Amino acid sequence: MDDVILMQNVWKAYPNGVMALNGIDLSVKQGEFVYIVGPSGAGKSTFIKMVIRELKPTRGKIFINNKNIANLRERQVPYFRRKIGIVFQDFRLLPKLTVYENVAFALEVIEEHPRQIKRRVMEVLDLVGLKHKMRSFPDQLSGGEQQRVSIARSICNRPPVLIADEPTGNLDPETSWQIMDVFRRINEQGTTIVMATHNREIVNKIRHRVLALEGGMIVRDQQEGDYGYED
Amino acid sequence: MCVISRKVTTAMKIRTLRRHINESFKSLGRNGWMTFASVSAVTVSLVLVGLFLMVMFNLNKIAGDIESDVEVRVYLDQSITQPQQTALKNDLKGIKHVQSVRFQSKKEGLNSLMESLGNDKKSFSDLQKENPLPNAFILKTKKPEQTIHVANVVKNLPNVTDVRYGKGTVEKLFKFINIARNVGIVLIIGLLFTSVFLIANTIKLTIVARRREIEIMKLVGATNAFVRWPYFIEGLVMGVLGSIIPVILVMVVYRFAYYSLGGNLQQMFIKLIPYHTMTMNLSILLIGIGALIGVWGSLSSVRKFLKV
Repeated sequence: MDDVILMQNVWKAYPNGVMALNGIDLSVKQGEFVYIVGPSGAGKSTFIKMVIRELKPTRGKIFINNKNIANLRERQVPYFRRKIGIVFQDFRLLPKLTVYENVAFALEVIEEHPRQIKRRVMEVLDLVGLKHKMRSFPDQLSGGEQQRVSIARSICNRPPVLIADEPTGNLDPETSWQIMDVFRRINEQGTTIVMATHNREIVNKIRHRVLALEGGMIVRDQQEGDYGYED
Repeated sequence: MCVISRKVTTAMKIRTLRRHINESFKSLGRNGWMTFASVSAVTVSLVLVGLFLMVMFNLNKIAGDIESDVEVRVYLDQSITQPQQTALKNDLKGIKHVQSVRFQSKKEGLNSLMESLGNDKKSFSDLQKENPLPNAFILKTKKPEQTIHVANVVKNLPNVTDVRYGKGTVEKLFKFINIARNVGIVLIIGLLFTSVFLIANTIKLTIVARRREIEIMKLVGATNAFVRWPYFIEGLVMGVLGSIIPVILVMVVYRFAYYSLGGNLQQMFIKLIPYHTMTMNLSILLIGIGALIGVWGSLSSVRKFLKV
């Protein structure tokens, strides 16, 4: 099995009765780049939350790195999270820490050796092109730069898969292209990327596999697909 | 195969512990006033707990001392015959709750009376010739509270002229101790809960401020234990800080009570718990309770923030 993500008949019903996902079957291979598109309320957020084990599916199996996380015990979740990178629309950086500290934080928390931390942080800051800003604080950076810090943090554990939830949602078009360039570099190193997005320009210009979600179902799965919505 | 369940290292690394300690003191300082309020609450509670326990421990000991001394004296009719006396003894033994029955002849009774009079006994030496004391049975009950009941039963037996026990004093003492104990326990539980609540609240404030941090920690794979440690230490520190003043106060107050009051009480055959035993045990107890409230308060408020 070289599926990084494998979903088998995944359903999700919220306690209030809303059916967010209605039987998703999906396979994402190592090194793929996948866009998740679809109108608001189609289940994109639920899908992302499911993959990072913020939510458990009501039914079905979700294999990430060949491990079924649907029945993962609470205690094992942290160890699972170390094997996935997560990037959000709102960056989620700690304002009182410098760029360097923000990235190092992720490694300190998992009790990595200080020497390793230093080497790895410099490595990933270099990759996202922010080595020269490592002593700055988040509020001294532009949105795009902040997002790059958050990407650096998400990949410092060398996760085989990177999950990005609207990573360009808060950024202007110019900056968004920069972020996509960082993603390209990470993807070229073999990291699988799953990106939920509303950004039509990006999806149509940088062609990758597109998964369209509507009403909690995959209505389109297209290699080198287009965005396909008019919003 | 199993990528996720990396081996869990149970022994915490020293630099991690150092980080947790740093974090907790930073936060205690940042929320200075709330920390102060919580520590004060613990202090007030523990002062009361300490004073209460000081009194209760001593009352218990005194009660215990008296308890083991409580006996029922059954005075016999002077005209009682030997078979009647044997029958009475068996009757007494048959009464519920009676542990032992001892015969005390009039002579023994007089001797023990003389002894207790000490220097004044000379003026009573005439009594040796004509002993006015009756023969008696001395009963001990299994539990001291039962003396009253036993005394009432014995009173109605034939050939018994009088029944004596520490009437009144014993009853009052037990009643007092029981009431004091119950009121104290209710009061203390209330106070302790208040302290726990205040500490929980303080920690909650610091958590709300660090909510994002916790969220991010969980996102990048920090274990719950890792997130919890600083708060655990914070609670512990607040609890232990709160117990310092109570411990000192108990030492001072008990020193005063023991050395000034203790002397007077000794004439009444009452002994207080020795100074060092008391202060040592009570200090450990107070620090322990302080630590417990602190940790309980802090961990109870972290719990719901861990579900990310």
